[in-house]
Amino acid sequence: MKMTRSMVLVSSDPISMQLGAQEVFEALQENIKAFGLEDEISLTMIGDVGRHDALPLVIVYPEAVIYGPVTPEKVPYLVEEHLYKGRIAEDLVASVRELSGRIAWLHARKGTLPAEQRIVLRRAGIIDPTSIEDYILNDGYMALGKVLTSMTPAEVIEEVKKSGLRGRGGAGFPTGTKWGFVAREKSEKKYIICNADESEPGTFKDRLILEGDPHSMIEAMAIAGYAVGADEGYIYVRGEYLLAQERLKKALQDAHEMGFLGKNIFGTDFNFEIHIHAGAGAYICGEETALIESIEGKRGQPRSRPPYPTTFGLWGKPTVINNVETLANIPPIINNGADWYRSFGTPNSPGTKVYTILGNVNVTGLIEVPMGITLREVIAIYAKGMKNGTNFKLAQTGGSSGSIIPASLQDTPMDFDSYAKAGVSLGSGALLICNEDTCVVDLAKVLLNFFRVESCGKCNPCRIGTQRAWEMLDKISKGQASLSDLDKLAELSENLYMLSNCGLGQTAGTPLRDILNYFRAEVEAHIRLKVCPAGVCKMEELIPHS
Amino acid sequence: MSVETKSSNKVLEAVTAAIEKYGAKQEELIPILNEVNRQLGYIPTEAMEEISRRLKEPKSSLFGVASFYHMLSTKPRGRHVIQFCESAPCHVVGGREVFEALKEELGLEPNETTPDGKWTLITTSCLGVCSVGPVIVIDDDIYGNVDARKVPEILARYE
Repeated sequence: MKMTRSMVLVSSDPISMQLGAQEVFEALQENIKAFGLEDEISLTMIGDVGRHDALPLVIVYPEAVIYGPVTPEKVPYLVEEHLYKGRIAEDLVASVRELSGRIAWLHARKGTLPAEQRIVLRRAGIIDPTSIEDYILNDGYMALGKVLTSMTPAEVIEEVKKSGLRGRGGAGFPTGTKWGFVAREKSEKKYIICNADESEPGTFKDRLILEGDPHSMIEAMAIAGYAVGADEGYIYVRGEYLLAQERLKKALQDAHEMGFLGKNIFGTDFNFEIHIHAGAGAYICGEETALIESIEGKRGQPRSRPPYPTTFGLWGKPTVINNVETLANIPPIINNGADWYRSFGTPNSPGTKVYTILGNVNVTGLIEVPMGITLREVIAIYAKGMKNGTNFKLAQTGGSSGSIIPASLQDTPMDFDSYAKAGVSLGSGALLICNEDTCVVDLAKVLLNFFRVESCGKCNPCRIGTQRAWEMLDKISKGQASLSDLDKLAELSENLYMLSNCGLGQTAGTPLRDILNYFRAEVEAHIRLKVCPAGVCKMEELIPHS
Repeated sequence: MSVETKSSNKVLEAVTAAIEKYGAKQEELIPILNEVNRQLGYIPTEAMEEISRRLKEPKSSLFGVASFYHMLSTKPRGRHVIQFCESAPCHVVGGREVFEALKEELGLEPNETTPDGKWTLITTSCLGVCSVGPVIVIDDDIYGNVDARKVPEILARYE
């Protein structure tokens, strides 16, 4: 690889492309050439950088300056000032914000801005995701080499167990334990599946990893394969994630050519193959047994469990299914050891968590921070406060596996156990932060609408329950409900939890329970006073039946 | 309905190409249907019959799969398909107003197609571009930070 003195990165997520990132890239190419700098400066399109307020962005290393929004007209000035004369073009710098990984680190070391701790996103947005060389230069495939040449499968599982890594898809199941289950199965054939069907509303962390660091999935899956004795893997990637699919395809091809996949990897007798399977739009396929059905070419309807996939998975064989973020933790754990990993986060939830920050706040985007920080800290530090000086009312932690968190819980540390103790759930890490303009009935209605649309229809409690719950919320939102409806709603929430076949139905009642627990007065106002305190719901006169 | 239905030749061509690309195996059914859907805009009954014959899969199970996934359509759609994200993150930052504007501008309710066959409006769950909500997707183009006033201008970009 050529040595360069500066590295210029252009954001190329869909929104940046929409806003002319391609033209900016071409203008940079042209101007860098015009100044005769093409041998000294590398120029790369890097996908989504996790910051979306000033797109398209141009980031220049080693100074770690973020420019944005950049237009082609501004490029000649930028190139002349920064790359030719070596001065930072202050007037083009994106307004201060510290949501961008490496950049945040550099500032943080100077002691001015809060730090992130990037482990799973350490390469995303910094390397060229289409270059396997870039990946290798940044410790890529080192962990795979280490396990294949110096560790037994049992030692790998032991290390992952010791690290305390818990599944990042929402449920928080210990990863090492899951691997152990599959490892002890006696079967000729086993599978590793990477669950990249990210569709929890408000969650796009996996997309960033897939688009920005696709090789990390291949490496982690191969390590998992070695640990449990599997020689084949599937990446089930969401149908809508076209760029991620493209990047993964390229990565697979390159990994094959370099011998990190295929036969006799690292000269050992370990073989591993990976296939990509794209979904076709169904939230339920994120449920592990539905995902397996979908790979087999069927309707994505969850199976009854047990048997669990660890004994009866893809085509009836023992199967490990891990979320993208979970897998992305594996190579760093192998490289640096379990003790290093445990130095982040809390004793029962070690490591970091990627959160997406959304809603009525000043700065939306994505952060990776140690487990155990609080919602108040996220809002104050990373989200730069609530929009227009409004007040924080609640946060919704995303999709089916999350909760509605009232302001009274904003100082609860965000880790699996503290949240479980408080009776709420972390979910997939989406933090939808809402101000007083949000009505809890309206919000619950939107959430239940999601569940009733996405319910696969296999079991009655979920198929009918989510529909009924939505209808009741609709009634409340129109001022047409009675107080006894609230008892029915509470009962329905309980029934959904107790009787549904899979996680979708079991958690669909959570918003109902949460609004009745924390915001009962507001819900009752819709019924007793026929008033929506937030001014969102439109009350309708009930026409009396004759 | 003036929505164009596809001629037999075109359907056969699309099915043949998709099966050649992925192989006539049941596990490739979803990619095959997806490909046909992309080529033709929807999956006509004729295509379903042809795939059923070649994969030796009953039509009922094929229809079961095709009607299960949101990205697959068994009905003809307009030249341009507008997907509106109706999940909570887009909703709380002004999604509802955008949806009202879309419905009014097009004169459509969800899952309807304009009489001239130009637009189909559908709602969708989260598309994973939440930090720039509200989000709409027209064909493969993603629009973020949409507000109600921008809707006519965005629609005007399409022929």
